[in-house]
Amino acid sequence: MTQAVPTLAVDDLKTVFETRAGAVKAVDGVSFTVTAGRVLGLVGESGSGKTVTGFSIMGLVDPPGRIASGHILFKGRDLVGLSEQEMRRLRGARIAMIFQDPMMTLNPVLRIETQMVETLQAHISIGQREAHERAREALGMVGIPSPEERLKAYPHQFSGGMRQRVAIAIALLHRPDLIIADEPTTALDVTIQGQILYEMQRVCRQIGTALIWITHDLSVVASLADEICVMYAGKIVEQGSVDMVLDRPAHPYTKGLIGSVPSRNRKGVPLAQIPGMTPSLLNLPTGCSFRLRCTRADAACVAPPEMTTLEAGRRVRCFHPVHEAAA
Amino acid sequence: MSSPLIELKDVSRRFVKRLDLAAKVGNMLGAGMREEVVRAVDRVDLKVQEGEVVGLVGESGCGKSTLGRIVAGILTPSAGQVFYRGKPLGALHGKEARAAALAVQMIFQDPQASLNPRMRVKDIIGEAPLFHRLVAAATLDRYVDDTMRRVGLDPSLKRRYPHQFSGGQRQRIGIARALAVKPEFLVCDESVAALDVSIQAQVLNLFMKLREDFQLTYLFISHDLGVVRHLSDRVVIMYLGRVVEEGATDELFAKPNHPYTVALLAEIPRLDTRRRQFVPVKGEIPSPLDPPSGCHFHPRCPHAMPRCKVEAPALREIAPGRRSACHLNDS
Ligand SMILES: Nc1ncnc2c1ncn2[C@@H]1O[C@H](COP(=O)(O)OP(=O)(O)OP(=O)(O)O)[C@@H](O)[C@H]1O
Ligand SMILES: Nc1ncnc2c1ncn2[C@@H]1O[C@H](COP(=O)(O)OP(=O)(O)O)[C@@H](O)[C@H]1O
Ligand code: SF4
Ligand code: SF4
Ligand SMILES: [Mg+2]
Ligand SMILES: [Mg+2]
Repeated sequence: MTQAVPTLAVDDLKTVFETRAGAVKAVDGVSFTVTAGRVLGLVGESGSGKTVTGFSIMGLVDPPGRIASGHILFKGRDLVGLSEQEMRRLRGARIAMIFQDPMMTLNPVLRIETQMVETLQAHISIGQREAHERAREALGMVGIPSPEERLKAYPHQFSGGMRQRVAIAIALLHRPDLIIADEPTTALDVTIQGQILYEMQRVCRQIGTALIWITHDLSVVASLADEICVMYAGKIVEQGSVDMVLDRPAHPYTKGLIGSVPSRNRKGVPLAQIPGMTPSLLNLPTGCSFRLRCTRADAACVAPPEMTTLEAGRRVRCFHPVHEAAA
Repeated sequence: MSSPLIELKDVSRRFVKRLDLAAKVGNMLGAGMREEVVRAVDRVDLKVQEGEVVGLVGESGCGKSTLGRIVAGILTPSAGQVFYRGKPLGALHGKEARAAALAVQMIFQDPQASLNPRMRVKDIIGEAPLFHRLVAAATLDRYVDDTMRRVGLDPSLKRRYPHQFSGGQRQRIGIARALAVKPEFLVCDESVAALDVSIQAQVLNLFMKLREDFQLTYLFISHDLGVVRHLSDRVVIMYLGRVVEEGATDELFAKPNHPYTVALLAEIPRLDTRRRQFVPVKGEIPSPLDPPSGCHFHPRCPHAMPRCKVEAPALREIAPGRRSACHLNDS
């Protein structure tokens, strides 16, 4: 069987922050692949390592952080160990990132047009007029009305939702092979979130971009993604297709998360809840990191569980995976 | 029926909007932005009966927090009146006024920002009940311990400072502080929004348990319709300062009347929708500084008629206990 090279293959990635309190293993042996035109949802609670995973792929981890080991194969080429200059050539052109706060991308004192033209000219030689054309087209693509006029505006003249669209338009300028979107709609209202999910889905299908959608909100990935990776304390604990993971969660943590969503519970009846709280990465229990909150834990769980394959395309890190369907 | 615990009659609140940093930078570049007046809350009527949980929903900037602060007595309306058990708040004096003020407590979104970082937890929780002489100094310690246990905090941690707790625990401290003055009514403003899903479930369960234990009444402000649906008996939907629809939770979710409510419900991401084709509501949320004429929703409404541009629809009863503000109901 011949298989196309995936757009991105992350293999046993470890990213560590050396802090005074000790080494924080923010990403601890993460592996996944994304192929062209597909959407991968990377889900987990705050501090689970989602953003650091994204930053590692983008080559944006700054000291005291560093990629300790592993490989990040982008169309077959390992990004780990690339020089900053080589990384810069890819970043913004072939791989783009969209942040929760669009002002991470936008410069408050420059007109939108200036920023977009600069982004284009940073990677390709293109005349002013053609660059203007491309910029206008990109704004139109993400649903900004009267793009010609809006090009003249400054970021502060846009609402939060519109700023996020501009940031997405900038990410799309070079029609990248891979987009990493880090909670881009978390700060937005539902009707605006709906519009942005719509535009992203449409555009990625249209140009065949591989998309990694980082979020803590399972409901958002349910409606957007093809595959899901669930992270807990720096590790992927479960991965598989959206249907498999959400309808038949195998990891007790995934099951707990799904169970605590209000719409999954009968109105007025207490919500299913995961006991305890997310552990500090500096103070993880030995063995399975979820052990102290897990109702299925037993003596076996003091050893660290490995990722094991349950069925084709579905892996879980647990000694006692759940078999019954989600309630 | 007896008087509502809290009633708002024709309440409005205006703000003079000062320039934010982005606008100031803009002005240096010649954008020419001026200070303007916002009608954050525009002629709202609201009743909350004793023991009820009312959910208040709407998009950012529509006036939810402003309305919540008016209900909690932290903010005075620019026009209209607030009644506590049938008596206008302004007319209460002395003991009665103090009782009314303590009866309604507010719990905020950001537990970090609403707790004094230099106070120990025992003082954060114990300060108000001591000051208002709800407990004697001699029994305060035990009272604080009891209050902490009620919200699921270990009393042995009471000498710690807020930063030594997790987000979920800090939210519990905020709840304990509110409970310590023995309120009848809690106004919760996005009280679980900053918490992770698994912790959010714990805090929501706590709210429900406290409701039973102390017969509390709630105004529950949230942009999360799933949370509101789970918790509330009745839901109030706001759009740009006005209430556009109101009704019993199950009825409103089953059969939304106002086109804005319909759009809002359609946009909730759900666990059971897969690879959905998004068909979004068109248009942006308009600026509250310059709301559209007539029905505020008309530029985004798929059913807008000429009349909607000129005439604001009144909030009218469309079924028992159900109100909506849309011209489509006039036929
Ligand atoms: N102190 C204030 N000074 C000036 N304007 C204010 C003030 N407080 C609120 N506003 C304005 O009043 C309107 C309603 O604000 P409010 O905070 O009540 O909205 P909200 O519905 O709670 O929004 P969110 O969901 O973002 O919390 C907004 O336009 C806001 O900018
Ligand atoms: N610059 C840093 N220095 C030290 N620790 C960090 C730094 N950045 C992130 N971390 C730690 O890495 C872990 C994962 O963080 P992050 O990827 O931001 O989580 P998420 O995006 O899933 O909320 C957290 O424990 C966080 O505290
Ligand atoms: S390995 Fe053990 S403790 Fe960890 S999730 Fe599975 S059952 Fe629970
Ligand atoms: S009054 Fe008109 S514009 Fe407003 S919601 Fe009803 S139909 Fe739409
Ligand atoms: Mg993050
Ligand atoms: Mg608010």
